[in-house]
Amino acid sequence: MNKLKTATEMVAELRDGMTIGIGGWGPRRKPMALIREILRSDLKDLTIVSYGGADVGMLCAAGKVKKLVFAFVSLDFIPLEPFFRKAREQGNLEVMEIDEGMLLLGLRAAAWGCPFIPTQVGLGTDIIKQNPDLKVIDSPYDDKEWVAMPALKLDAALVHVDHADERGVCQISGPDHYMDDWFVRAANKSYITCDELVDSDHFNNPEAARQVFWERSLTSAVCAIAGGAHPTSCPPFYGIDNKHLLQYNKYAKEGGFSAYSDEFINNKTEQDYQDLIGGIDTIRQIPQTKY
Amino acid sequence: MTATQYSLAELMICAASKAFDNDGEVLATGIGVIPRLAASVSMSTNNLDLMMTDSEAYLLSEPNPIGPRGDDFVQRNETWMGFSRIFDNVWSGKRHAMIGPTQIDQYGQSNISALGSDYDKPKIQMLGARGLPGNSISHANSFFVPNHNKRVFVANECDMVCSIGYNPERLPKGYQLDDVDIRLVISDICVMDWQGPNHQLRLVSVHPGVSVEEVVEKTGFAIHVDDNTPTTTSPTTEQLALINKFDPHNLRSKQLKDNPPGIRVAVSASEEK
Repeated sequence: MNKLKTATEMVAELRDGMTIGIGGWGPRRKPMALIREILRSDLKDLTIVSYGGADVGMLCAAGKVKKLVFAFVSLDFIPLEPFFRKAREQGNLEVMEIDEGMLLLGLRAAAWGCPFIPTQVGLGTDIIKQNPDLKVIDSPYDDKEWVAMPALKLDAALVHVDHADERGVCQISGPDHYMDDWFVRAANKSYITCDELVDSDHFNNPEAARQVFWERSLTSAVCAIAGGAHPTSCPPFYGIDNKHLLQYNKYAKEGGFSAYSDEFINNKTEQDYQDLIGGIDTIRQIPQTKY
Repeated sequence: MTATQYSLAELMICAASKAFDNDGEVLATGIGVIPRLAASVSMSTNNLDLMMTDSEAYLLSEPNPIGPRGDDFVQRNETWMGFSRIFDNVWSGKRHAMIGPTQIDQYGQSNISALGSDYDKPKIQMLGARGLPGNSISHANSFFVPNHNKRVFVANECDMVCSIGYNPERLPKGYQLDDVDIRLVISDICVMDWQGPNHQLRLVSVHPGVSVEEVVEKTGFAIHVDDNTPTTTSPTTEQLALINKFDPHNLRSKQLKDNPPGIRVAVSASEEK
């Protein structure tokens, strides 16, 4: 089955008010080309579930987000995401703030068709107080109380990988696939961008096959966009563009997101965007971060 | 051999390393340069069984030096340890994390999420609760405080309680206060733990040149002080050599304002007037 679609076609399948999960982690391997496509669209009232970075900041700044489900939003070496911070401090963002592991459990519950997964995580903290919908329940097996982490069912998951074939076999060969497999499993539809489209023979190599974390039946559509994770990282091809993120951060203090958007996103194609950065060759020279 | 010259950052690293010395075979996670070096020192000296990650996705048999490491550097991987697997470790309890919260209250509850009294419109939005709720109820935790003051050690409860502490009012059904395991607090003026009466914050030692009164004054709530408070042990030359090995770019010198010396020059009586 050929699942190739363009980024525009993918975003055209999304609807106002949908719950959308975004793969990656902070400034690492985010499906940024798809985020930019959403920013160019008239989509609105989205519920976003993310281990957040600039994906969340940009969507908040552009007024696309009705509700955010998150444990953190950070650009790593710029610890506080400037536009997420603005949205929160202006008091116009509905949030469900939970622990990183609770988010994982919520995705797993959705993937497994369970209404919730019991966990001790969150007990004794304001996570419970600030989320009145989060239920604390008695256990049928012991005398303790447990947080019933509800399933985080996603209408769509957006994920960027390094290699994929046209049937939707996706490879993440970088050091961590984060929770991307759980985002895909929790979603009704999964839209995947990849840096390189490969022949299916690519996966004859057992090492490559070991780096495939979900079955192709879970991939709804594939689009090859080299550099599609920029300014976040996509190993082995490129690292985080900290220089660009500094520039982005500066817009929060001066000019605002609309100025950033006018320079890099509005009325521009992905090709235009990459040309402004210096082209794909420049992107692919950005070194991986050493922690 | 005891060193005679060392920075405050180095004193704090060595004091903080003690937190991990009796942990046995657990994952030590030190967030930030000083906590990470503290875990590295412990893993290389008093607790060879300790485990650490590369702060990315692999578990290491030997800590990585911080920062650029050169092309010939061979990382001593022992297993894959991506983020999803970290939670399997967290919930097993075999971990000890040391982090630097923005607020710590009298119950050992901490905050890295948001400041201000209105949660829906915070005065300052920070990171979010991250993994603190899960860490605090699952395994041992220690705190690192680079600037000991009343804005960190707050008089009331934290604005957003991200981690469970020794607060009887918040104790979940079926739990004892002793189920919570908060270990050391290492600040720029002292070492403390939560072993005072009813898990009150207790002064363990003051850094050279710091008085007990200064600690009491800079803490926003009452702490327990024993009759005799010792001075924090100076680093050994062996420890300093290890710190140098694990921090070849001297990032530790940039962690505290003006990189002060470990032995504070006492303020003379005339200056005090």
